[in-house]
Amino acid sequence: MENLAVATSGLTKRFHQQVAVNAVDLLVPRGAVYGFLGPNGSGKTTTIRMLLGLIRPTAGHHRLLGKAMPDHTGNVLPLVGSLVEGPAFHPYLSARANLVRLDSVDRHADPRTTKVRIDGALDRVGLLAAADKKYRAYSLGMRQRLAIAGTLLAPRELLVLDEPTNGLDPQGTREVRHLIGSLADDGATVLISSHLLSEVEQVCTHIGVMHVGSLLTQGPIAQVRAVSEPKARVVTDRPQDAARVLRGLGLTDVVAEPGLAVGTVGAVAAEKIVMALVQDGVPVTGFALERPSLEDLFVSLTGEGFNVSG
Amino acid sequence: MSAADVSIAPAERPLRHISARFLRSELRLIFGRRRNQAGMGILAVVPIIIAIAVKVSTPRPGRGPDFLSSITSNGLFVALAALSIELGLFLPLAVGTIAGDSVAGEANIGTLRYLLTVPVHRTRLLAVKLAAITIFSLVATVWVSLVGAVVGVALFGGGEMTLLSGTQIGMGSAVLRLAMATLYLGLCFASLGAIGLFISTLTEQPIGATIAVVIINVLSFILDSIPQLSWLHEWLPTHWWMSFGDVLRDPVAWGDLTRGLLTAAGYMLVFWLAAWARFSDKDVTG
Ligand SMILES: Nc1ncnc2c1ncn2[C@@H]1O[C@H](COP(=O)(O)OP(=O)(O)OP(=O)(O)O)[C@@H](O)[C@H]1O
Ligand SMILES: [Mg+2]
Repeated sequence: MENLAVATSGLTKRFHQQVAVNAVDLLVPRGAVYGFLGPNGSGKTTTIRMLLGLIRPTAGHHRLLGKAMPDHTGNVLPLVGSLVEGPAFHPYLSARANLVRLDSVDRHADPRTTKVRIDGALDRVGLLAAADKKYRAYSLGMRQRLAIAGTLLAPRELLVLDEPTNGLDPQGTREVRHLIGSLADDGATVLISSHLLSEVEQVCTHIGVMHVGSLLTQGPIAQVRAVSEPKARVVTDRPQDAARVLRGLGLTDVVAEPGLAVGTVGAVAAEKIVMALVQDGVPVTGFALERPSLEDLFVSLTGEGFNVSG
Repeated sequence: MSAADVSIAPAERPLRHISARFLRSELRLIFGRRRNQAGMGILAVVPIIIAIAVKVSTPRPGRGPDFLSSITSNGLFVALAALSIELGLFLPLAVGTIAGDSVAGEANIGTLRYLLTVPVHRTRLLAVKLAAITIFSLVATVWVSLVGAVVGVALFGGGEMTLLSGTQIGMGSAVLRLAMATLYLGLCFASLGAIGLFISTLTEQPIGATIAVVIINVLSFILDSIPQLSWLHEWLPTHWWMSFGDVLRDPVAWGDLTRGLLTAAGYMLVFWLAAWARFSDKDVTG
């Protein structure tokens, strides 16, 4: 338990008739960068709200940084930086004044270092030059950056970031990726919910996939991806013959398309494939071993459907 | 300076001494907001209008016991007249606006969730919010009094004040009596503010909460004017407000003032507890 930054067991939230989160056992090891994935409405934000004590679980319990919640809220949350469902600040205050406000309600913050810490946080998200603008005048991406700055006002052991790159430009997205990397390097655990799978793929060590309120799978990213095996792609002008050879070798799910044959490699030694094709006189103009992208994996787990589950 | 120096070094974060930072921040939010400053301006208009109207009209002495007719004898009566006029709507509306905003306003723009995850304990949040409402209520009432007193003394002079019972007191005692009346009303309005704090925990629409406070205020005055409901009157939140004039008796008639203060304290306690019961385990989904 001690080496888990987040551990939930049977965490459930029911809104009226609907079960938004259904018996989720989220396990985030300390030091991990955990990508919390799932389609719209799958229960990510609801789970995060329960973790932070904003809403009360219908059933189940959870620990943060090894301590039972909500009993230890007062000791644990000061070490947790969080971003929940987008930024929220007072529109008629400047960015800096908003951060001062957040700092002044924090009983663990030292007022003597407020200015230094706020400047540091603003600098880190690239907002120092715009610090005295009214929040109302901020763009979507600037607001998002300011919310991230708010999580950096104090040293944190855990960051819970709900869609941190929402609305950011490519530079901003890269910066956030770097930021998450550097936070992780400093030993912080990061739980980041996102739909941007390529994002997650680049920074995460672990992933968990939510679907209609349930956690379908979770674990180290390599382990989760290992579930879907690599495929061999053969580019040839005789795809039917190539497909026959692949089947003969023991590849599964073999399909022939115009100019292309694809099959799941399974236990077959990959280096033998091209040799076998050439020996059978199948001309090979291209060969590749492909791991399915996280996106393919995501879609295979959560389905192709575009409609949000109600 | 590198930002990395200041923010990341996971460590225990010691709890600091109890400080007034949260309350000060709350007051800065209230008094720094343009809308509220404009509201304070409107509150100040009433005593100014009263003073000017009395000054330019032909004096008709000896008409009724109300404060308006006494203004020409002592400018401090401008403050008392302004208080008695503004206690019907303007001051309750001002306090209702701040109280309605207190929790619902933060929920509406989403800052409530970020306060709670700092973390701010929900009980502490409600305590600080009520303290800020009370301070605002006192400041707004003092403001009306102060503007009235300054404008009144400037136009009509100060000096001896004739009390309702006919006794004369010096200027110093008169100012003291005015201060007592002001403080009394400030606390009365704060009790309405506590009702507003409770309503503010029920909704995410601050305007709705403010309107509800004003409706309760007006309803209380209406019920208070129906003789058939006399058994109810002494329990109404606004019933003892007009007793502030008792500070002008000689000696001060403490009976109703004490009842008024106890009623205000009772409303504050009951509605703060109701707010706590409602809010302490409420789902914050906004
Ligand atoms: N306060 C609420 N009352 C009723 N239902 C709610 C409430 N909050 C969330 N839900 C429902 O719970 C489900 C999960 O919502 P949630 O916000 O957790 O999804 P999400 O995974 O964060 O989605 P997104 O990727 O769009 O942010 C949705 O079906 C939503 O309608
Ligand atoms: Mg969400």
